[in-house]
Amino acid sequence: MTATTAPVRLGGRGLRHELRAVRVVWHRDLLRFRTDRGRILSSFAQPLLFLFVLGQGLGATLPVGTFGDAGYSTFLFPGVLATSVMFTAVFSAISIVWDRELGFLREMLVAPVGRTSIVLGKALGGATVATLQSVVLLALAGLVGVPYDPVMMLATVGLLFVVAFAITALGLVIAVRVDQIQTVMPRVQLLLAPLMFLSGAFFPVSGQLPGWLHALALANPITYGVDAVRRVVLSRVDPSIGDSVALHWGSWPVPVWLDVVLVAGVGGVLLAVAAWMFSRPE
Amino acid sequence: MTLTALGTPSGEAGTGRPPAVEVSGLVKTFGDVEAVRGIDLSVRAGELFGFLGPNGAGKSTTIQILCTLLRPTAGAARVAGFDVVRDRTEVRRHIGLVFQETTLDAHLTAEQNLRFHADIYGMPKAEVGPRIDAVLEMVGLTDRRRSLVRTFSGGMKRRLEIARGLLHSPRVLFLDEPTIGLDPESRAGLWGYVDRLRAEEDITVFLTTHYMDEAERCDRIAIVDSGRIGALDTPSALKASVGADRVRVRTADDDAAEALVRERLGVETAREDGVLVVLAPDGERFVPRLFELGLTVRSVSVSRPTLDDVFLAYTGARMSERQAAAGGPARSPVAGPAGGRR
Repeated sequence: MTATTAPVRLGGRGLRHELRAVRVVWHRDLLRFRTDRGRILSSFAQPLLFLFVLGQGLGATLPVGTFGDAGYSTFLFPGVLATSVMFTAVFSAISIVWDRELGFLREMLVAPVGRTSIVLGKALGGATVATLQSVVLLALAGLVGVPYDPVMMLATVGLLFVVAFAITALGLVIAVRVDQIQTVMPRVQLLLAPLMFLSGAFFPVSGQLPGWLHALALANPITYGVDAVRRVVLSRVDPSIGDSVALHWGSWPVPVWLDVVLVAGVGGVLLAVAAWMFSRPE
Repeated sequence: MTLTALGTPSGEAGTGRPPAVEVSGLVKTFGDVEAVRGIDLSVRAGELFGFLGPNGAGKSTTIQILCTLLRPTAGAARVAGFDVVRDRTEVRRHIGLVFQETTLDAHLTAEQNLRFHADIYGMPKAEVGPRIDAVLEMVGLTDRRRSLVRTFSGGMKRRLEIARGLLHSPRVLFLDEPTIGLDPESRAGLWGYVDRLRAEEDITVFLTTHYMDEAERCDRIAIVDSGRIGALDTPSALKASVGADRVRVRTADDDAAEALVRERLGVETAREDGVLVVLAPDGERFVPRLFELGLTVRSVSVSRPTLDDVFLAYTGARMSERQAAAGGPARSPVAGPAGGRR
């Protein structure tokens, strides 16, 4: 078999081609996820510590009934899901710096596709990988008193995907112009910790918080993601819980749909910023 | 000197095809550093064109401009008929690239790397499978197609990169120092692929190198130094342009022989370390005439000017000296199009 004298066989152009490029960039992240078992396993350490050590330890000091029928571990569960998604998503996003350092990014940069397609593929890839990991964590629901309700589980996975997408987009904004992993790591750490602690993952935001802390939490987009996941999960644990665990703007409970719109909107804006940064010539 | 005027390759008439690469007045500066200071050249379709020069001469910067990874500060360039600034996507669809540094994903298999490439280049889906088979066959990696790239040797990786660069049937293949860091066997193998490629595919190869023996293989070479082209022609024309062949002769009486040769044959002579050197345009044909003079010749050797002599003549330095001065395997000043902000 030989490569015959090549006729001009150019690839496609236009939107279809761009979508194919998005898909293949996304698919590569999934292929790498599949082969990277070490990463999958190690990424469960932190959420398990939160869920069982923090959950049981702190939960033992809280009066029964603080969160309706739900114990503290149950209350924590949606927050742990959201934070685990945050970490996986952001590390997926900054893999673009590895790609740059190890050279593979060039393969994408010289390809006849728009930079926006590459960024979108990366964002969807990071979000998908993070969501897939959260599914494994979701399987632990029974251990913290959350029933295996398919509708609730599906809704949770959907919400986690939106959160993961927004966080991947944020990671891309941080990483897309950086060419060394040592540069990007401290920036990510600096950003992730406050985002996590101010998200209401570990304590209710609307309630007894001091004013300044409440204001900071409300300014954090992740807060709305955690709120949405928690409402969906806890409403299944204790249908009477109502808006008591909900995020409030003043006295108004923020509806779940608005949570979703806010997180998705922030994600979209961040993605546009990342695409713009990525597209600027040197 | 019989140099073809820069930028107008000889023998273009008759092919009737537009040049594969056309560059005029190309300048690229990074801050205060002028990496490329006004390059003009034209590469014919189907040609094997070499860019010869030491590290830091502006070769890689020029290639990066041609493959749309950098924007020129001034001047213009067209590749496969498309402007590298205005029609970037069209240029990219028509070129294949093999860089100095690997750009494979080591955590994917050889085939997965190729499939990624096929998709992101938008190859027609029905052609992807057969074409992957063909390029893997060409570089002898068929039996390793399902192996992770991180298990490959340096030579295998480079072969896979070449296979990938060819996958989408580019019109112009850029090879940026393709054999750097390869062992002699892999280098020889790689040149085998390039030769086979040119026989089988309608392709122009644009190559940068700082190896003289690789430059010898090119149809034409441009000698690049300090961001400028010092000379551009076929290797033999370049060598002819820097001087005659050197015939080193040992005779029974060198002084008498020198006088006789000068008088009877009308050629220049010189002494190098006490040895008589006759400068003749075509040294091998000149040797019999020495014997016709009746000289008692003890030994004779003919040497032609090398490309290193050419490099010396056009840049004032030996290639090896420049290489040392450039300080080892330098990279171009930027890491990529998105720039290095450290």
